[in-house]
Amino acid sequence: MPVWVRLFLVLCTSWSLAGCAGRQSTLDPQGLQSEQILHTLFIFLAVAAIVWVAVVIVLGVGMVRRKRLADQPLDLHQPFEERTGRVILGLGVITTVIVLGLSFVSYAGQRTVFAKDENALTLKIIGHQWWWEVRYEADSPHQSFVTANEIRIPTGQPVKVELESADVIHSFWVPSLTGKMDLITGQKNELQFTAKNAGVYRGQCAEFCGLQHAHMAFTVIALPPDEFARWREHENQSANSPADQLGKQGEALFRARGCALCHNINGTMAGGQLGPDLTHIGSRTTIAAGTLPNTPATLGAWIADPQHIKPGNLMPKMPLQSDEMIAILHYLEQLK
Amino acid sequence: MSMAAEPNELRDDVLNGLRLSRQLEKVWRTPSGLVGALMSVDHKVVGRRYILTAFAFLLLGGILAILMRVQLAGPEKTFLSADKYNQIFTMHGSTMMFLFAVPVMEAFAVYLVPLMVGTRNIAFPRLNAFSYWMFLFGGCFLWISFALNVGPDVGWFAYVPLSSLQYTPTKRPDVWAQMITFTEVAALAVSVEIVVTVFKLRAPGMTLDRIPLFVWAMLVTSFLVMFAMPSVMVASTSLILDRLVNTRFYDSSSGGHPLLWQHLFWFFGHPEVYIIFIPGTGMVSAILATFARRPVIGYPVVILSLIATGFLSFGLWVHHMFVTGLPQLGAGLFTASSMLIAVPSGLQIFCWLATLWDGRPVYRTPLLFVIGFIVIFVLGGLSGVMVASVPIDTQVHDTYFVVAHFHYVLIGGAVFPLVGAVYYWFPKIAGRMLSERLGRWNFWLAFIGFNVAFFPMHILGLIGMPRRVYTYTADMDWAHLNLLSSGGALIFALSFALLLVNVIYSLRKGELAGDNPWNASTLEWATSSPPPPQNFDRIPVVKHRDPLWADNESLPVVAGLSAERREVLLTSLAEAEPQIREASPEPSIWPLLAAIATTVFFIGSIFTPWAVLWGTPPMAVTLIGWFWPAGSKEDEE
Amino acid sequence: MRQTIVRNVAELPTYGYGPRSGPWWGAMGFMALEGMGFAIAVGAYLYLYAVNPTWPIGASPPDLWPGTAEVALYLLSIIPNEYTNRVAHRQDLAKVRICLVVMAAIGIALLVLRGFEFAHLNTRWDNSAYGSIVWLILGLHTTHLATDVGDTVVLAVLMFTRHAKPRRFSDVTDNVFYWNFVVLAWLPLYVLLDWVPRL
Repeated sequence: MPVWVRLFLVLCTSWSLAGCAGRQSTLDPQGLQSEQILHTLFIFLAVAAIVWVAVVIVLGVGMVRRKRLADQPLDLHQPFEERTGRVILGLGVITTVIVLGLSFVSYAGQRTVFAKDENALTLKIIGHQWWWEVRYEADSPHQSFVTANEIRIPTGQPVKVELESADVIHSFWVPSLTGKMDLITGQKNELQFTAKNAGVYRGQCAEFCGLQHAHMAFTVIALPPDEFARWREHENQSANSPADQLGKQGEALFRARGCALCHNINGTMAGGQLGPDLTHIGSRTTIAAGTLPNTPATLGAWIADPQHIKPGNLMPKMPLQSDEMIAILHYLEQLK
Repeated sequence: MSMAAEPNELRDDVLNGLRLSRQLEKVWRTPSGLVGALMSVDHKVVGRRYILTAFAFLLLGGILAILMRVQLAGPEKTFLSADKYNQIFTMHGSTMMFLFAVPVMEAFAVYLVPLMVGTRNIAFPRLNAFSYWMFLFGGCFLWISFALNVGPDVGWFAYVPLSSLQYTPTKRPDVWAQMITFTEVAALAVSVEIVVTVFKLRAPGMTLDRIPLFVWAMLVTSFLVMFAMPSVMVASTSLILDRLVNTRFYDSSSGGHPLLWQHLFWFFGHPEVYIIFIPGTGMVSAILATFARRPVIGYPVVILSLIATGFLSFGLWVHHMFVTGLPQLGAGLFTASSMLIAVPSGLQIFCWLATLWDGRPVYRTPLLFVIGFIVIFVLGGLSGVMVASVPIDTQVHDTYFVVAHFHYVLIGGAVFPLVGAVYYWFPKIAGRMLSERLGRWNFWLAFIGFNVAFFPMHILGLIGMPRRVYTYTADMDWAHLNLLSSGGALIFALSFALLLVNVIYSLRKGELAGDNPWNASTLEWATSSPPPPQNFDRIPVVKHRDPLWADNESLPVVAGLSAERREVLLTSLAEAEPQIREASPEPSIWPLLAAIATTVFFIGSIFTPWAVLWGTPPMAVTLIGWFWPAGSKEDEE
Repeated sequence: MRQTIVRNVAELPTYGYGPRSGPWWGAMGFMALEGMGFAIAVGAYLYLYAVNPTWPIGASPPDLWPGTAEVALYLLSIIPNEYTNRVAHRQDLAKVRICLVVMAAIGIALLVLRGFEFAHLNTRWDNSAYGSIVWLILGLHTTHLATDVGDTVVLAVLMFTRHAKPRRFSDVTDNVFYWNFVVLAWLPLYVLLDWVPRL
């Protein structure tokens, strides 16, 4: 990698790496695909930089070089034309060669990025206004589970996501791992990628999908394979039963106050399908599709007035007494 | 069939000098008074209105841009609500594309093409007036809706199903879709006028290889409009039908498909970019020749490049859809076709560089803007080559990188030449020079402001910022670059304020221009500034590609056209041999009435399908009124 | 700037026919862009045809007779249309009047047939995307047909008034020209609407 490319990288990534929400940058590749894309990008960038500098130099020299006297009559006979014409056509040929070359570079990169692996771990992601439903589907139903806005994957293993939309078009994008792919109403798309390194990678909807498009993020957590297997095993299980009285009260309120109409919690009576599955909400890192970190304070604020934090989302403001709120929060926190 | 002039008719071969000018002025002038103004069919009057209106929309769209930049200047700002922001970015895009960029280019063509080809009025002047009114009403319709909180909020390409009735049950998408219909009708009308003006109204002797490059550019643009815009009209009409009478074009549960919308939209949407950019190249060629003090090198190369660009622009719409799950090989081919358009664009750039290299440049404001254009546009073109690559596009698509790219292309490729063109042709239109001092400030503020505003967006896109987000959190670390960009946007906006000041100041106090202040070579400079209603007292005869440089002492002209009624000279397509002295329409109020009837029809039909029934008769009546002979002498020949 | 008269054009005619005249090129331009509109609509039809496993969707193909009858009438109409063109060039006012009346009658007959065709499409616009695109294409062509019939009627009336002056014959020939476009546009649309669903 040339020095200037490295400098550019340092300059750019200095902005992107500091974030605590997880990495979300094309310039910080942590997957096989994103690495390949960045490689292609740098080839293009280098060619583009050379061409641009060359044009500006020719322009500059053309402007400052010594000219004939200004009082000479206009030259309409154009003796210069023939030689210049050959130069121009030569440059045209060079341009053609460059763009054809770049097309091949691009296509080679494209083949690598979109290469398919039959043994990939498959999960299904369904876009909703404005959150992500994540389904880990296995051959037997009790190996399958549903979560939301947080995707855990093993490192080093190809992952295939099947993309569908429940409403409008969304776009699945985790720049640190790979490029984006749209979730299109009535169409099934898929995308494969492999995380090289464990880490937390932020993703975000990249196709304008309505009022809260800005608040439709998600997190991809790449775990070492054994850790991933443990997580998956745990995620398969039903929700923890509340351990204490307050938690039990919370569970009852969760049903009584209507939360269960929209939210599912496996192993309980709550079976709503409109909103995100909350079976293991306590172990997730963010809430409201990456809008806030998941802490008791933010979760409380969210439940107290979701329309203030993310106006227009489907979750209504529930009139809750403060003790009711405490109970519900206590219950949800235990759903690890 | 041959109808020679009546022997007693007053013709321009028996009058001379001032008497001829006065007589022709009497025949060609726009009637006085308000009604007279509304009846005007003079291409200069209509063109001036078109230009002013388009710039008014630029101002409005620019204010929206500043509002967005304020909102994005820092993380989690609450200056704008999500709802307002979504309306504003949609309005900004729609206004800039449909109410500014395309119309302003057509506006300049309406004003300049008849002068540059040496005729007295545009072909179909009443259609031209109608076109302006449709544009005005469509623009007002959009902006009044916005003021009433019914501004579209689904993005300037209004993807279904978000824009369907199910997901946006308000009237907002209808407003957007019908605004498209208004502006497309206007643009299509102008395109046909320009094509016929260039084909048939050229001055005798202006053979195909003597047509000014700006006129060539507008000719190619007009063809692009004619073949691209029907696609978006089919799209917007079917969207309205889906929303109004339950058709199922885009309903995937009934056999429709959301991607049909994207194909239809981008089949128009990509040529649209060239519809905006090609006129810019025409302006560049015109300005460059004048200020480099030599004809543009490679005239045939430039023309062939324009035509090639036009053809190629229809073969790359799919690069807007690389992340929709298309077959890989197909997408790869569109990469190649998209990049290939760099070849004709590159050839044009090389011709301009060679012209500047060989010329004796005079650095006045118009030339500064052309140089700014080259620096910025080449960068935008190169980022376009990057975006054309499928793997790169999967990362940068729908991010600020793309926002940066298309502003480099559109502002660099079209707005910089356009502002240069304002400085260049203002003396012709207004009769006075713009201030050179303010012009230089204008240029440097624009150049610096633009780059500060938009260059950081490349990086923002690469570090993960998607477009069309109304806010972002502090931990994303996009704040610094966004603040920088917002600052640049303010400087850029200031440059336009300066342009406005310059225009207002110079209209009163500017130095008088005279016929040909820049000592330029094309025919619009062979008449007074501003030109008289008849444009030329006698139609010029063209013997050279740069007629005023070939002979700046005397102008060869034809005589024999009527001096007592409106008559234009039709010439043959290739050789521009005189063929017919054709009558040119008188001022008329009917185009305005027809536009009003059409407006009622269009707006009515987003509320009820019955508007087709009650809206058609008034339109038919106004159209019959328009075409029915008024009984004047010219109609009765 | 000093002017030198190098040519006198006083003897040129004040109107002409075909590519010599301005309006002919205007009509040509509008036909080009309207033809593009048809092409786009056909493209949309074929796209929907390609993405749907069954076609037509939830309907039987349109009944053949109205469209076929229209094809026959359209093709036959070329004969009086061309005759109109000839008598207009000869500036034979009496014959032009008769021809325009005949052409207007043919147009109205076609509009009536078109009404039957809509009734025999066997699908509604809101049944499925198939119904929608069929109605759109037929509607688009009907708009052209109705516009030209309206134009013909107005022109026919005009030729019976004192405005029937020689330059109006040029307008008649442009109308003839446009009618051919309406006919020509119908032929592929007929194949598309009536026969593609039977494939």
